[in-house]
Amino acid sequence: MSLVADKITLNRPKQSTDSMDSDSSEQARPLIRVSDFDFFYGDKQALFDVNMEMMENEVTAFIGPSGCGKSTLLRCINRMNDLVDVARIGRGTIEVSGANIYDPQVDTIELRKRVGMVFQKSNPFPKSIYENVVYGLRIQGINRKSTLDEAVERCLKGAALWEEVRDRLDTSGLSLSGGQQQRLCIARALAVEPDILLMDEPCSALDPVATAKVEELIHSLKDNYTIVIVTHNMQQAARVSDRTAFFYLGKLIEMGQTEQIFMSPNNEQTEAYISGRFG
Amino acid sequence: MTTATTVQPAPAASPISFRQKPSRAKLIERIFFWIFRCGTYFIVLCSSFIFLTIAYKGGQTVFQTSFPFLNMEFLTESPQTLHVFEYEGQKYEMSDQDFRAFREERGVDISTTTYAHSGGGIWPCIVGTVMLVIGSMAIALTLGVLSAIFLSEYSRPGRVLNAVRLSILNLAGVPSIVFGIFGVGMFVLAFGWGTSLMAGWFTLAFMVLPIVISASEESLRAIPQGLREASLALGASKWTAIRTNVLPYAMPGILTSSIIGVARVAGETAPIMFTAAFAIRDQLPWEGLDRWYDFFFEGVMALPYHIYVVSAKIPQNEYTERMQYGTAFVFLFIVASIALASILLRIRMRSKYRW
Ligand SMILES: Nc1ncnc2c1ncn2[C@@H]1O[C@H](COP(=O)(O)OP(=O)(O)OP(=O)(O)O)[C@@H](O)[C@H]1O
Ligand SMILES: [Mg+2]
Repeated sequence: MSLVADKITLNRPKQSTDSMDSDSSEQARPLIRVSDFDFFYGDKQALFDVNMEMMENEVTAFIGPSGCGKSTLLRCINRMNDLVDVARIGRGTIEVSGANIYDPQVDTIELRKRVGMVFQKSNPFPKSIYENVVYGLRIQGINRKSTLDEAVERCLKGAALWEEVRDRLDTSGLSLSGGQQQRLCIARALAVEPDILLMDEPCSALDPVATAKVEELIHSLKDNYTIVIVTHNMQQAARVSDRTAFFYLGKLIEMGQTEQIFMSPNNEQTEAYISGRFG
Repeated sequence: MTTATTVQPAPAASPISFRQKPSRAKLIERIFFWIFRCGTYFIVLCSSFIFLTIAYKGGQTVFQTSFPFLNMEFLTESPQTLHVFEYEGQKYEMSDQDFRAFREERGVDISTTTYAHSGGGIWPCIVGTVMLVIGSMAIALTLGVLSAIFLSEYSRPGRVLNAVRLSILNLAGVPSIVFGIFGVGMFVLAFGWGTSLMAGWFTLAFMVLPIVISASEESLRAIPQGLREASLALGASKWTAIRTNVLPYAMPGILTSSIIGVARVAGETAPIMFTAAFAIRDQLPWEGLDRWYDFFFEGVMALPYHIYVVSAKIPQNEYTERMQYGTAFVFLFIVASIALASILLRIRMRSKYRW
């Protein structure tokens, strides 16, 4: 099954075609499904039998102590782990809108266009703000000035950065502040028009004001994107996410509606971690 | 001197002394300091002696006191035989060409003492060396960058890769004469290129390849992984990511190190002695060609080989010494200019791309 063909399915108005309707959400459709997933770095197993679903147009938060495999799972969703030489999948599949992304037929380029990623350490290119945003379009061969101009404005507005940088689009992306750089990276990811945005601790290097801006942004992006965010900040997870998944030592311990996870977790370990009585 | 229960204020009467006391450790420290210092000064002394000698003696050949202050004959003419003679009570030193004109004009036969290679200039050598440098650099950069990209971006780490790296490193330790012999065997004889620019280019390029490859790999590794990941995450193919977000930023480092490497091998005589250099060639490389591509299969004169010829292959006298130092001076100047250019290039490119 090709990923390009699926895109059409994806953009159709929501309908409950899937029989897999989990708990209370009335019309949420699972967009990403991880099944029986084992993952290894060399001989070291990093993920153990992970089963989970991430719903369309929702924010899913991954929480858990350091080294428990949150980033690993996140990077598996857009096959970023292909870059790691020792990485390999033991068992299981990850499906994005029904297509197994580890199928040998899958074009990782097409996949990554649909599954964007924002990294923990903001990494703007050492180019102008403008060129940063249009990079994803340029490499697709889109060079029409009007299209690019339009995309820059739309994405920078989408990333709540437009007002701050509209007068200096040709200055280097590296001249921005840390928070602005992170929003620039988000704008850059939006330009490719992905369906899914993966964010690995996007606020870990930001001050509270910048964090608030990014969180606001995540809220507003929810309408058009499916977002998966890794965070170490419990309040942040509670504020921005619809669902929360708690990982511990490579295992998915508990997953559910964010209120439920934070108010009445079913698992002792989850409770201990959330209330800060951990380890 | 405090007890667990009461803390006495430190007695103000005896302040701690920081005054130096003589000790064994300090003496050793001083001795070593001076050993290191003398070592460094010795090297500085030696190299300044070499440079100053060349600059002083070479300067006498290259510069002159009257306008245009540069010895244009030396810089623009071919090496010629020098005629030294007396005519009507005056002593003359003249290159072959001038001497013939002089004799023609006077219409007399003049007896002279001749000195091979001591008249005229070194223009063909300058041209030849510049061409050798440019050509070998182009070849070495192309091959070197390609293989560095493969090694550091595409290949999987493992035993094979280590073996390849090791052999490249070892290549750097091979003496230049071996490259020269290899060049003769491979390019001059087996490929039938003869003593030619092509053979010289490839021999020099192979010699500088280890430097180019290591420098390129190092520069590529210095580019943050984040840039590659960010490009890939935006839907770039691996090559697109490298082309747009790795190579441009690695290029300053690659160029600088490579240029310095090339400048160094440009000074080698052994690899070009048998592959590209002629002791004397009347025509410049682009003169007297039947077909345009014959250009690549003609030998050239080159500065390092010329220095070798004038200082080891012909009878020595005061006139050849002038040539030796003049040539060495010009050669040093060219090499220094290349190095300087590469440093300026790096500064310019660094300020353009910064992260
Ligand atoms: N490239 C790699 N090679 C080998 N092991 C790795 C690699 N990346 C991660 N690991 C290991 O996999 C495990 C999970 O790492 P991961 O980065 O997913 O943790 P994390 O939950 O994101 O932690 P943090 O909150 O600190 O970011 C860790 O034990 C880590 O040491
Ligand atoms: Mg992480």
